[in-house]
Amino acid sequence: MDTLYVLSQLVNGLKLGSVYAMVAIGYSIVYGILRLINFAHGDIMTVAVYTILSLVTIFGLPLWMSIGASVVMAVVVGLIAERTAYRPLRAAGEETTLVSSLAVSIFLQNLMMMIFSPQRKAFHLPENLTFLHNFNGIRLSTMNIITFIAVIVILVILTFVIKRTRVGMAMRACSDNMDASRLMGININHVVVIAFIIGSSLAALSGLMLAGEYKTIDPMMGFVPGLKAFCAAVLGGIGSLGGAVLGGFVLGVAEMLFAGLMPTEITPYRDAFVFVVLILVLMVRPNGILGSREGGRS
Amino acid sequence: MLEVTDLRVKYDTIRVIHGVSLNVREGELVALIGANGAGKSTILKTLSGLLKPESGEILFNGQPIGGLACHKIVQQGIVQVPEGRQIFSKMTIKENLRLGAFLEVSRKRWEQNLERVFTLFPILKERYHQVAGTMSGGEQQMLAIGRALLSNPRLLLLDEPSMGLSPLMTEQVFDVLRTLKQEGITMLLVEQNAYDALEISDRTYILETGTITLEGDSRRLINDPGVKQAYLGGV
Ligand SMILES: Nc1ncnc2c1ncn2[C@@H]1O[C@H](COP(=O)(O)OP(=O)(O)OP(=O)(O)O)[C@@H](O)[C@H]1O
Ligand SMILES: [Mg+2]
Repeated sequence: MDTLYVLSQLVNGLKLGSVYAMVAIGYSIVYGILRLINFAHGDIMTVAVYTILSLVTIFGLPLWMSIGASVVMAVVVGLIAERTAYRPLRAAGEETTLVSSLAVSIFLQNLMMMIFSPQRKAFHLPENLTFLHNFNGIRLSTMNIITFIAVIVILVILTFVIKRTRVGMAMRACSDNMDASRLMGININHVVVIAFIIGSSLAALSGLMLAGEYKTIDPMMGFVPGLKAFCAAVLGGIGSLGGAVLGGFVLGVAEMLFAGLMPTEITPYRDAFVFVVLILVLMVRPNGILGSREGGRS
Repeated sequence: MLEVTDLRVKYDTIRVIHGVSLNVREGELVALIGANGAGKSTILKTLSGLLKPESGEILFNGQPIGGLACHKIVQQGIVQVPEGRQIFSKMTIKENLRLGAFLEVSRKRWEQNLERVFTLFPILKERYHQVAGTMSGGEQQMLAIGRALLSNPRLLLLDEPSMGLSPLMTEQVFDVLRTLKQEGITMLLVEQNAYDALEISDRTYILETGTITLEGDSRRLINDPGVKQAYLGGV
């Protein structure tokens, strides 16, 4: 096994990791405020991807416009889910909304199947995005580079918003103590809506990146990456955005190294491996890599 | 200022407040005392909008506020220091106080209100950048009161501010309440500590399992044999 191979697997890991990271940020933002594990997050990616595909292939819209529309669509779907499936159950507790989010997930998957058929469809980004740059034998597409930079930029912007702005302070307050936040005069429904807007927009962007990487899409495509991204968020320390990004990269790299370096008989178990990594890390650090000692829950 | 008429509140199916009427006039300090589980916190939470009344009327300066969203009620100047302090434990003292002044109305008066809070609680100035969860229980209570004062209260609701505090600390908290009273802040004080509450307040309501059983001038109640027997540990 030569170093170039290992190195290129490492880079593949970072590629995959940046997609996980993007999804994990969205998970984390919503989880941080509502303690809601939103299983439908991954399926919102799928909705966004199908939106792009339909607008480009059926209506002939330019890609950038379709991407914009897919973000809007993802936000609309996210907000409808929040309003109809999560908000009415908020008082019932975390377990209830968790189950409810599974229901939304299954509903969206089936809706996609009804509208677009369960068949896989090809998803091709334009050449200028898929063009492969060669760095001493390590090949990266323009899209990979954009994804990586986008993750870092989004992390920096969101960290700034959360640490320094009034909205961010309200978000942290809600995450710390919901009832006390209400007593401060914070309209918590606004805060939750903002979290879902951010989360769903990021889901749309990550869907694009995922589809660009796989080159095919299907109605179930979002679910497993969504689960893995949730693992990434937990691994990094759920609620912490830096943790979500770190967790995404760690998981992506671990998965690609496993897939690339292990004997071919066991590489099909890469999904299982991801969850094993999660369990091992949590045994050592129950609150994730960057999670606080006292725990992310209040 | 505050007029509550025939208030009923229930959790799911169990009703815990059975038609309570009470009022607080401008500048008054009114105490609400009663045993564990009597429903004191439930009443305050309903006044703040954390819980919705089942029926009854809540008027604040003549306007009905029963059932309004919490943030709308805070906006009108009803501010609560909740039971068990409920500070933002992962945030600093500064951020906690800033959250007290979250709304536009109180943000405008941040500087002058902060000055006043620092005078009342010098410890908050000292620990300005400390994470709130690492403070002692007494310090956290001061933070909770300080935070409420930064919200520019017209009516301050206090839910057992002496809970879990040493006698010395309790004394300090009551001193602060006396100061606030002199400044003319209207307060509704919930207490288990019946003697202190009767002593500091103008009027007192006694709540038993969701019903007001006795009300009146605190001076009078403190000498009432029945009250002495039930709430002040005998004669
Ligand atoms: N979330 C809830 N769900 C169901 N019942 C509740 C809930 N919260 C309080 N109760 C019940 O309502 C009654 C009144 O509770 P409340 O907290 O208002 O009492 P309290 O007078 O504040 O008591 P304490 O002095 O112990 O704080 C109690 O019987 C309590 O068990
Ligand atoms: Mg209580």
